[in-house]
Formats: sequence, C-alpha cells, structure tokens
Amino acid sequence: MLDITNVSKTFNAGTVNEKRALDSVELHLNSGDFVTVIGSNGAGKSTLLNAVAGTWPVDSGSIVIGGQDVTGLPDYKRASLLGRVFQDPMTGTAADMMIEENLALAARRGRRRGLRWQITPAEREVFHKRLQSLGLGLEDRMGIKVGLLSGGQRQALTLLMATLQNPRLLLLDEHTAALDPTTAAKVLELSDAVISENHLTALMVTHNMKDAIRHGNRLIMMNDGKIILDVSGEEKSRLTKADLLQKFSELSGSTLENDRVLLS
Amino acid sequence: MGIAEYFASLNFMTLLKVVPGNVAQGLVWGILALGVFITYKILDFADLTVDGSFATGGAVTVMLILAGVPAPLALLAAVLAGCLAGLVTGLLHTALGIPGILASILTQIALFSVNLNIMGKANQAVSVDKYALVLSSRSNSTAILIGLVFVAVIIGLLYWYFGTEQGCAIRATGCTPSMAKAQGINISSMKLLALSLSNGLVALSGGLTAQYQGFSDINMGRGAIVIGLAAVIIGDVLHSAIMRKKQNFGVRLAFVVLGSIIYYLVIGIVLWLKMPTNDMKLFTAIIVAIFLAVPYLKERSRSSFARAAKNGGGHNA
Repeated sequence: MLDITNVSKTFNAGTVNEKRALDSVELHLNSGDFVTVIGSNGAGKSTLLNAVAGTWPVDSGSIVIGGQDVTGLPDYKRASLLGRVFQDPMTGTAADMMIEENLALAARRGRRRGLRWQITPAEREVFHKRLQSLGLGLEDRMGIKVGLLSGGQRQALTLLMATLQNPRLLLLDEHTAALDPTTAAKVLELSDAVISENHLTALMVTHNMKDAIRHGNRLIMMNDGKIILDVSGEEKSRLTKADLLQKFSELSGSTLENDRVLLS
Repeated sequence: MGIAEYFASLNFMTLLKVVPGNVAQGLVWGILALGVFITYKILDFADLTVDGSFATGGAVTVMLILAGVPAPLALLAAVLAGCLAGLVTGLLHTALGIPGILASILTQIALFSVNLNIMGKANQAVSVDKYALVLSSRSNSTAILIGLVFVAVIIGLLYWYFGTEQGCAIRATGCTPSMAKAQGINISSMKLLALSLSNGLVALSGGLTAQYQGFSDINMGRGAIVIGLAAVIIGDVLHSAIMRKKQNFGVRLAFVVLGSIIYYLVIGIVLWLKMPTNDMKLFTAIIVAIFLAVPYLKERSRSSFARAAKNGGGHNA
C-alpha cells in the first residue's frame, strides 16, 4: 500500500545548518498495516510523514501509494490518497467554518470543486451518523464554528475528516501530543476503532513508547534519518518499554536520556 | 472667528442636503468594500492592488464610453480589467514567490502607468449631458436606486458563490492553508480566483464612481484601500454588535456596505463642521487605526500584565 524506496532528503544543503533528515529510507507497508513510528527528537519521524504527504519534494528515491507513483506530485495532488491528522489541533480544521462545512470539504477531497452547493441534505445525514460514532455529541452542533471546539474535539473531527472517504493511507503525526492525557487516550482509542473498522493502512508517529507498543501491528524506530528497527506481529506484541530502550542504545550507540520519549 | 460665531455659521439644512450624495457614494464605494472584504477577511491577504485597480476601473469605463461603447458594456470591460490586475498580483505572489503585500504594491505602482496610458492624460471628463451614463451625481435619488440594485445583486451573487464548493475552498484557503492542502485544494489557484474576483469588484466600483462624479482621475484610487478597510471594519464591528450570535454571511456583507455608507456620512458631517478638506486622509487613517485597535485594546482591558499586577501581584511583596 505504501512503498518508500531509497528516499533521502537533506535540508539546508551546502550551509552550516545542513541536516540529512532522511537517509536512504526504505519502508514497505502492506494493506491493513498499522505502523507506529518512534524515535528521538530530530530522528526524522515527522520528516518521513511529510515526505509521504508531499510537503516538499524528496532529493532522491521514490514514493508509491496504493500503486500510484506520487514522487513528483505536490501535497494537494496526493491528498485524494491520504488522510492526515496533524500534531497541532488548529492545523487540521478551518476554525471559521462550521463543523458540517469542514466535513463537506473533506468529503470532496481529490474531486474537482465546482459551483454546486457545498453540502447536500443526504451528506448532512451521513455526517450526522459519522459524528454520532465519535460519541462527543458533535452531531447536534453541526452548525457551529469549529473554532469553538476544544483541542480534543478538533482532533476527533480531523480524524473523521481524514477517514471520511477511505484513504489509501492514514498519516497520524503525533496527533495526541498537544492533548491532555485523558483526551489523548480517547482520541487514540477513536483512531484505533476507525482504523480497524475501515481496515485502513496507517502510519502513526508518536513520542510515547507505551502508545507505540500498545497500538498497531508493526513498530519502526528511527534515528538520524534512518530506520534502525522494524518489528511486527508476535515479536512486536511482546515488546516492552525496557526492550525498546535497550534496543535503542544498542542500535544507535547512544541512549535516550534527556529525551521526551523517556518522560512519557 | 469665535466659537459662537462658528456654531452660528453651521446650517443643519446644508447637512441634510449633502446626505443623499453621501449615501450614493457610500453605496458605490460599498462595492469596493465588498472586494476588500474578500481579500482582507476571507482570504486573509492585505491586497493594496485596490488603489490601482479602482482607478483602472474608472479609466477603462470613461475611455470606452468616450469611444462610443454603451456604459454597461464599458463597466463590464472595467470588471475584466480589474480581474486581470488581481490576477497579476496573484501570479507575482504564487508563481514568483513575492510576499503578498509587496506583490500588491508592485501591481499598484505599475497600474499608475497603465492607467495614464489608458487615459492619455491624468484626467478625463465624461459628461452626463452627452453620454447615457448608468448613474450621475446630477440625480442622487436615481444614483441611490442604481447603487442599491448593484449592491443587492452583488451581495446575492457573493452569498451564493461562497456557499459553493469552490467558494468554500477559498474560505478554507484563507482560514487554514494547511488544512486546505490536506483536503486536496490547490491554494495558489484559490488565491488567484479570490484576488481576481475582489479586484473585479473594485474596478466596477471605480467605473461607477467615475460616472457618478463625471470624470476619471489618475489619483482617484489614492487611499481607496484604507476607505475599503474602514468600511469593512465598521461593518464588521456593527454586525457582531447588533447580530450577536445570529450571524449570517449575507447580512455580514450587507453590513460591510452599511459601513461604507456610514463612513461617507461621517465624512459629510466632518466637512460640514468645516474641517479642512486637506486633512480628510489623515482623518480617515485615524478612524481606521481606532477601529483596528479597538478589538485589541478591548481584549487587553480584560487580560493584561498591568491588570494581573493590580489584581494578584504585590501580595507577595
């Protein structure tokens, strides 16, 4: 479903700030894979997601989503294949627009936007049902502006928008990092449910080791722009936080001290 | 002149006499304000093209009417010229990476030469006696009626357009570009569309203004953006104060036009009070600065460091 082949990206090439953010990364996801991505600050986790999303062009290598080579496509042209939830709750929704308007925008992802009315009565019913499934009572507030919602509600809405049309790949970029622990747990639970119900393929960046272990069927660890660990299935389900810390120091030659992964 | 003489010299009847003219002007400039609303409020883009495209609208309209083109057709051509001006600003910004406000200043200054070339000289008169104009200051009641029709149709069209899929894509682009892109929206195209639409309206306003005053002038657009902003801000402040939670996009647009009318009424009163005409731009700038500052100061009166110090600080000292 996702084939990242030998992808590299260097920021600020030729300057003192030169940073090789992705170093010949190779990653292949099968349909239905739910992969958690973990690593220290600056390891390249978010960079990897941005490369897939098309935030900027990669320097070399190729990215294929659902059989379609997207290496040469800018973000908005890849959007039809992707669902995205960002770290900042403000980023994924339009605050000045109503809940139903945000959903209607997501329902038209990848389609030509013409002069038809933005939302049909039939869609409104669908939105109502899908919002109900979030269990946040948003279905009765479809006409209010998203700016009035809390961060957690906005992330839940963004998740719903990202999965409204089944995307080939769901990208979750530390999407619970800005939330309080209770809300974060709830949004993660929703993510789990949405992914399994719709048999989605997903890539979730997190800095929380426990979350990375508990969720998904596969875990990759990144360091210095490379994937240094890739475990799945039985082996992944047996992982503990201590295992991960030990593996990290073995594989990277350093420890995770002073990093926020330790604190979580 | 003493203060008593000053007040004695003010005649309320003269004020009443200038009101219809101010309302007509406010309506015509309200179309410009609607254009400014699209860029400033919806697209979140400070577009200074307006000062140039307003004069372009006037220049194109007057020159075509002088060449024998019917006034409504001349206005249509003015709208297209305005759209083109907006498109240039948009392309400077999206295709060449020039910051929005700077791109619009470049277009504005370029339009000064373009407008001079269109008119051949700095000022061109068009007499209502010789040509069938859409409106004229000769009859303010007709001008108000025509202005109302234009404004009503434009507000209707804008209400519809910003409720369509494309209009919503523009709104999303202005509100949260990252979200728009994630939903597959080409934000560069949306900016081009909005800037064209906006400047088309501004040029229409310029074309109507030129007919109303009976001439087109190279400097008629100087400070137009500030007047447009004044109208937008006055309208928005009134809209949220009066409508509170029952806000509606169409009504909000109507309030923008109302803001423009109020602006011209205030100018009328200020002139009636015999303030020097030379100071009008200064006066306008001060009004806009006050209205822009009010929301900020209001917020600060609720929560500021000075207030925090007064409320809680000092206890530990």
